[in-house]
Amino acid sequence: MRKSEREIVESGRLITRRVLMLGAIQAAVVSALGLKLRSMQVEHADEYRMLSDGNSIKIRLLPPARGLILDRHGTIIAGNEQNYRVTLTREEAGDVSAVIARLRHIIPMSDRQIADILEEIRKRSAVTPVLVADRLSWAEFSSIALNAPALPGVTPEAGLSRSYPRAGDFAHVLGYVGPVSDYDLSKIENPDPVLRLPEFQLGKVGMEAKLEEPLRGKAGSRRVEVNSAGREMRELSRQEGQQGATVQTTLDAGLQNFATQRLGSESAAAVVIDVTNGDILAISSSPVFDPNKFVRGISGPDYRALMNHDHRPLADKTVQGVYPPGSTFKMVTLLAGLEAGVINAGSRFYCPGYTQVAGRRFHCWSRGGHGMVDALGSLEHSCDVYYYELAQRVGIDRIAAMARKLGIGVRHELPMSAIAEGIAPDRAWKRARYDQEWQVGDSLNASIGQGYVLASPLQLAVMTARVATGRAVSPRLVRAIDGQPEPVPEWPELDINPLNLRTARAGMDAVMNGSRGTARRARIIAPEWQMAGKTGTSQVRNITAAERARGVISNEQLPWNRRDHALFVCFAPYDMPRYAVSLVVEHGGGGSAVAAPIARDILLYALADGLPPLTAYPESERAKVQEIWSRMNLTPSARKGEGRARA
Amino acid sequence: MSYLNYHVAQVPTGWRKILHLNWPLVFLVTAVSCIGFLMLYSVSGGDIDRWAGPQMERFAVGMVLMFALAFVPIWFWRSISVASYVICVGLLVLVEVIGHVGMGAQRWLVLGPVRIQPSELTKVAFVMTLAAYYDWLPVEKVSRPFWVLIPVILILLPTGLVLMQPDLGTSIMLVAGGGIVMFAAGVSLWYFAGVIAIVVAGVTTVMESRGTDWQLLHDYQFRRIDTFLDPGSDPLGAGYNIAQAQIALGSGGWSGRGFMQGTQSRLNFLPEKHTDFIFTSLAEEFGFVGAFSLLMLYVLILGFCMYSALTNRDRFASLLTIGIAGTFFLYFSINMATVMGMLPAKGSPLPLVSYGGTSLMILLMAFGIVQSAHVHRPRG
Repeated sequence: MRKSEREIVESGRLITRRVLMLGAIQAAVVSALGLKLRSMQVEHADEYRMLSDGNSIKIRLLPPARGLILDRHGTIIAGNEQNYRVTLTREEAGDVSAVIARLRHIIPMSDRQIADILEEIRKRSAVTPVLVADRLSWAEFSSIALNAPALPGVTPEAGLSRSYPRAGDFAHVLGYVGPVSDYDLSKIENPDPVLRLPEFQLGKVGMEAKLEEPLRGKAGSRRVEVNSAGREMRELSRQEGQQGATVQTTLDAGLQNFATQRLGSESAAAVVIDVTNGDILAISSSPVFDPNKFVRGISGPDYRALMNHDHRPLADKTVQGVYPPGSTFKMVTLLAGLEAGVINAGSRFYCPGYTQVAGRRFHCWSRGGHGMVDALGSLEHSCDVYYYELAQRVGIDRIAAMARKLGIGVRHELPMSAIAEGIAPDRAWKRARYDQEWQVGDSLNASIGQGYVLASPLQLAVMTARVATGRAVSPRLVRAIDGQPEPVPEWPELDINPLNLRTARAGMDAVMNGSRGTARRARIIAPEWQMAGKTGTSQVRNITAAERARGVISNEQLPWNRRDHALFVCFAPYDMPRYAVSLVVEHGGGGSAVAAPIARDILLYALADGLPPLTAYPESERAKVQEIWSRMNLTPSARKGEGRARA
Repeated sequence: MSYLNYHVAQVPTGWRKILHLNWPLVFLVTAVSCIGFLMLYSVSGGDIDRWAGPQMERFAVGMVLMFALAFVPIWFWRSISVASYVICVGLLVLVEVIGHVGMGAQRWLVLGPVRIQPSELTKVAFVMTLAAYYDWLPVEKVSRPFWVLIPVILILLPTGLVLMQPDLGTSIMLVAGGGIVMFAAGVSLWYFAGVIAIVVAGVTTVMESRGTDWQLLHDYQFRRIDTFLDPGSDPLGAGYNIAQAQIALGSGGWSGRGFMQGTQSRLNFLPEKHTDFIFTSLAEEFGFVGAFSLLMLYVLILGFCMYSALTNRDRFASLLTIGIAGTFFLYFSINMATVMGMLPAKGSPLPLVSYGGTSLMILLMAFGIVQSAHVHRPRG
């Protein structure tokens, strides 16, 4: 490549010009660097020197206090308590095992615990504090604080920990919190740094998990000076965090306590709902467990005991459990028939004790039959044959549609874990589920709440509330968050003829107050609290032909887990409904004998807002009721003063 | 007069070349490297075997290489520049295929006993290629769109490969280094203004998109930008390094705490104290006087290179020197700006001072090429 002299000169001139421009830009950048250096090292040197001199600055996160959960009257049902604990930071400790050996003189720790702690310290970054021990006594705590110079990297901290003052009463609805696991972190896309603090607690199940966001609050931070051993010298600035929102629930601590105690050791569930607004006043699953044990870290044997218990204390039977509703489903079938116009309130069927359909006999619970039965009587006597006849005329699809209209087979959204949808079966459902055609026998079984029908106690309570009011009442658990009341929707009218609803309600009244009502023994005699209800006894097994040939086997002869479920739904007062209760006692036997008295007691407690006067009970029941009360150890809801959160 | 008509006879030959080296540049480079040894010794807490020793050995090897390269005639470099470009791109592709993953990115290539970081080599090789291109291209064609497009492709090809490693820092460095050569070669200022306008518009658009339904970045990416703009907003996360570095730097004051007396680095508050953040240790121990002196030494190195480029009538040698000096300038100014919190944190070493073999050796070899350009400049 040849270049002319002219080209070389021109190139040289161009480069010279550009190099000078480049030089000017570079000079500007260098000046900026120099000025910044001067500003930091000369003008602001004192500030930095102060931060660094002898001490150095650290930023510590202040975990926010978790929001309180209150009952409807302001009683604390989930609060926070002081917890003294000790953390260790590898970077500041230096020789970790030596420090732990010294710490062991103050706090007793097993070899196994120490191995776990060392493993945890190894896994975490050098600057992350790792929890070494918590729930220390004040003596241990102050002893550690006193010996701080010999324990580099060890920080005694007083923090807050979740506590559930009502122990097991709210175990299922509230759930519990626990330490944040790696698995929890992996599920969150961009976890809040506060979650990485060793002592931080996260809602694991129930309302604690579902309302994690409002309950958690916002972390604060503080800038502290620490010396080279990591010991805090003074606080430079502090930015307070924000406590989590206070959640006021619709629950009533007194009623919840009563319901839980009334269920006792049975494997059972009870739901009390205010039919006027959907407020759930009590939602109790039994047996209970103590959520505080989970917060503190439950021991192996305790956990195994809960897991192996045949009454499944950890399961929330109120929303997770689904049961064949048995005869409590008969209001659905009756209303489907009345609405379809295939019967009216006066229509009668003859009950000889069974119905013959497609070559199979479907028995009424009463072997001898009920004779001529009308709508009211069908509920009062709980005549199965009436519903077998009705089912053949109205058809399953209309029954299923009515069930869904009344809240069965529909998921009700509440801040609780694993809410079941239940099943309101129809032709399409069976085809999708089993790829089989619907049989008329299926309709007969479904008409009395057996077969494929499944409902949770929550759904049964909603159904009862809807029958009682004629409105599409939905349950709700949260009354207010941070003092902001959650609005109560205006529940829309159900598209059901009020006269037909009145017939169903009258039938439920007859169950309690009719001369031959199936639950007459459990009636309330105080006229202002007159109660209407419906019993249910649902089979959990098929009765084989052989068994039938041998005669009916009584429930008591069967092993516990093959006995019938006892169910009961009710509402009161009859003429101006206020509360509805649903009750399931797993494998409890008969609905009228077992479930109805419990439901009545809970309903009365709600109506009387405390223990009712004995005069509300029929004479024959009073001694038994008194005996039950005397065995209870009730903790009423705190209405005024003590134990009540200031709003 | 053509290139071959230079008074080649006047270009020194044999051992006489040693007299014509740019000696002030040799001394300056050595001085800065010695500051590096001193600081590495200090931050290791007086353990010479940890960082200072190995660094001195590499410096010795690098110096020998520098002298060796200085003796190679500059026209040799021009003749191999295209080949070296092709080889570097080939190595970058190889890294993509079989490269060794280090620090979360594919950067290393292990060939037998030798570990190569092709992106480092590329920085020198492609400056050389661009210089050769503009030496070949008649000056009047420099600003024509087609002839501007070619070097842009030459720059973007290795940049794209480096970006895939992924190494955003080095790719920015490559684009800026290439840009400096194009600038010096005389490409019309309108092109540069256009690129700057597009970048500014792009950044503005991205920032404006925040919170709208056509948001262009993820929320966490925006938060990273927030952290850069206000390190205090995330004091335990990404802001930690910067906050600690600033405390160390500022606490040095006018004259510093004295050699080996820096507390921030001693107490391990400083991250990466021997590599990317070594300037903060220097500033803490030797204060403004020490830190500013280092800055001035860098400026002097830059100045001698630029002067050498200005007085060199060979277009290739001149552009190559400017390109290498410009890359060197980017190195030290980006590192200093980062530790002072003026730029977002990203790994970039302080040239000649930070611990690290490849970077030091490549830099010394690059200065060898600058020396070669100086020694073999046309005379008379």
